[in-house]
Amino acid sequence: MNNTNIMIVGVGGQGTLLASRILGDAALNTGLDVKVSEVHGMSQRGGSVVTYVKMGKKVHSPVVEKGEADIILCFEKLEALRWIDYAKKDARIIINDQRIDPMPVIIGKATYPDSIIEKIKAEYPNAVDVPALDIARECGSIKAVNVVMVGVMARHSEVPKEVWLDAIEKTVKPQFIELNKKAFNTGYDYAGNLLNR
Amino acid sequence: MFLRGETTMKKLMLGNEAIARGVYEAGATVATAYPGTPSTEITENIAKYDEIYSEWAPNEKVALEVAIGASVAGARAVCAMKHVGLNVAADPLFTASYTGVNGGLVLFVADDPGMHSSQNEQDTRIMARGAKVPVLEPSDSSECKEFAKAAFRISEEFDTPVIVRLTTRVAHSQGIVELSDKEDYRIKPYVKDPVKYVMMPAMARKRHLAVEERMARLREYADNSPLNRIEWGDKKIGVITSGISYQYSREAFGDVSYLKLGMVHPLPEKLIREFAGQVETLYVIEELEPFIENQCLKMGLKVIGKELLPVTGEYSAALIREKVLGKSFEKLNNLEDTAPPRPPVLCAGCPHRGTYYVLKKLRLTVTGDIGCYTLGALAPLESLDTCVCMGAGIGMAHGMEKALGKEKSRKTVAVIGDSTFIHSGITGLIDMVYNKGTGTVIILDNSITGMTGHQHHPATGFTIRGEPTKQVDLVKLCQAVGVERVRVCDPFDLEGFEKAVKEEIEADEPSVIIARRSCALLKGVKFGPILSIDSEKCTRCRMCMRLGCPAIVDRSDHIEINPTQCVGCELCARVCRFGAIGKAGDSNE
Repeated sequence: MNNTNIMIVGVGGQGTLLASRILGDAALNTGLDVKVSEVHGMSQRGGSVVTYVKMGKKVHSPVVEKGEADIILCFEKLEALRWIDYAKKDARIIINDQRIDPMPVIIGKATYPDSIIEKIKAEYPNAVDVPALDIARECGSIKAVNVVMVGVMARHSEVPKEVWLDAIEKTVKPQFIELNKKAFNTGYDYAGNLLNR
Repeated sequence: MFLRGETTMKKLMLGNEAIARGVYEAGATVATAYPGTPSTEITENIAKYDEIYSEWAPNEKVALEVAIGASVAGARAVCAMKHVGLNVAADPLFTASYTGVNGGLVLFVADDPGMHSSQNEQDTRIMARGAKVPVLEPSDSSECKEFAKAAFRISEEFDTPVIVRLTTRVAHSQGIVELSDKEDYRIKPYVKDPVKYVMMPAMARKRHLAVEERMARLREYADNSPLNRIEWGDKKIGVITSGISYQYSREAFGDVSYLKLGMVHPLPEKLIREFAGQVETLYVIEELEPFIENQCLKMGLKVIGKELLPVTGEYSAALIREKVLGKSFEKLNNLEDTAPPRPPVLCAGCPHRGTYYVLKKLRLTVTGDIGCYTLGALAPLESLDTCVCMGAGIGMAHGMEKALGKEKSRKTVAVIGDSTFIHSGITGLIDMVYNKGTGTVIILDNSITGMTGHQHHPATGFTIRGEPTKQVDLVKLCQAVGVERVRVCDPFDLEGFEKAVKEEIEADEPSVIIARRSCALLKGVKFGPILSIDSEKCTRCRMCMRLGCPAIVDRSDHIEINPTQCVGCELCARVCRFGAIGKAGDSNE
């Protein structure tokens, strides 16, 4: 049961699928067994989405259960809160400091909770927040948020940087490789600065 | 990417992609399908192999008929669909079971426990039992590929169509697959054989006997097939399971004994008895219906299954731990906040938003259908009254008219997508015309099959491989079946569209409005710059909020447009009476 369990949570349309594919490809290079569970169809239309990446000697279920996640990559704050029960107490939780209101909030039937990041940090010592949207914008496109987040995560992994860059090259469309490499590197460096702080 | 023909190459593949690889390696040459989550990527991936002819068919019934034809001609042929698609294809399936095959004929049917993207959670195994065809059930991507190949061999050996049943978690999970070379399958000669292929009563009676004899041979095969295997561990607990439930069981129970079934219909009775006889407590772990469990009970075995576990929804290792082993999860934090739900929404820039805004304003009863536009049922648009199955909206609108009379049903319209209309809406429209209905049908023509991720269909003018082809002209099609009032409108021209709807529901004859505007996610759809709200002009009347656009948010002291969500479609600017919404200046970002 020494698998590494990773979750990527966010809002349909944020590029969680691409991120999970980059992770999956990088994991394959480690020589371990890998499973990646994705979400397609209706939830992809702006709903809450979660993908799982599990690697280890032998992976059975492709799904991560509550209390089992070693790493959660949260593309949006509210989604971090929604899936937080899945984290181990010492899980590395990386939260993009971005807010996307769900429809019940937009139409006034629910409120968006306050200070989500602070509350999660108070409970989970290894939670960090990242201004991934700003970083992506500086890199040239807000759509690169997903790869910025992968870059942040990569800094905390044992997989060498080259393996990640190679996975990006294999996964994204040729015309976006440079943009995504830049986004990855910037996220990677940002995480390095966090570590050194 | 991998290199074709290279052996011992490992690749991470989606279950659906692995199925496609298996189809390729088996030497199949004809593949046909109608898209449906979670099955769509099977055919999308098959289309990447030049060696296989592939197509999107108008619906699953046609798809299966094409595959049956290819099989009779001697090719190995496949057909993919979601569980509810098999209902549409049930007619040819039940009789193809009688005719049997020439080249191997395999159906890949993907069930959706938990209904991630479906209107029901029916169990394909029950359908297969009705049709008397064997069912294989892979547990991961590697088995997806292997079982696809085994299915062809079984199909040919036993002269039967074979169903490979997937569920969402298998279809949409990636796992490691070892690639092999393509088999050298040669098309078998076709020999005229009316007793086998012409199912009229005299011949069908003979074939039904052949089917029963085949089922007996298949039961024997199941007992000895390598698809079914026992994994011995601690014999205090024995678990009979299949598909994804096997994976969940392995995590929940750990090192106990397993009878892992790769073939779930017909079931291997001898093997089940052998296994049951050697374990102390016997569990059956299967999602949805108690299919294996009931068979065990019928055999007089004492098994535990649905008395502890639900027939609804998806299973998980955690669920099995809790319900069967009594180990529930203990929360690791003191966070009390609950996250408000985030249901799916129509995308920013979605053409359906304009349609539903008008239909809601006119307070119409709207019989709906299956597609992205079903999301029009949710707040704040809340326009849709019904959703049953592909094509149902038109028939239901007609039924409402016949129940209530012309006058009382004037405020009823049917909405249906372009792809869905071709799938099975056209027959409903013919019924309405033929039987003197006066209903109004709105075809939401976004020029693509949207929800399943942008597949072409007969009215887009392109094939599965993006090659130009004849395009069904929806206007002429509707006219040809006898609708004289057919008009094309832009659903973002809110005034013009409203006028059209008002006129057509007043008409005393059937009418069709084609609400034509491309899906906002299609390549080539370009809007203007993103928008922002001028707080000085905004009176906070909240008209724009009624659109239910995910980009427009109420920050309690002001309303703003989220620049990361806005696509610049300008629909909100059209409903704003105060000219407060305009192009975002650089200073606003």
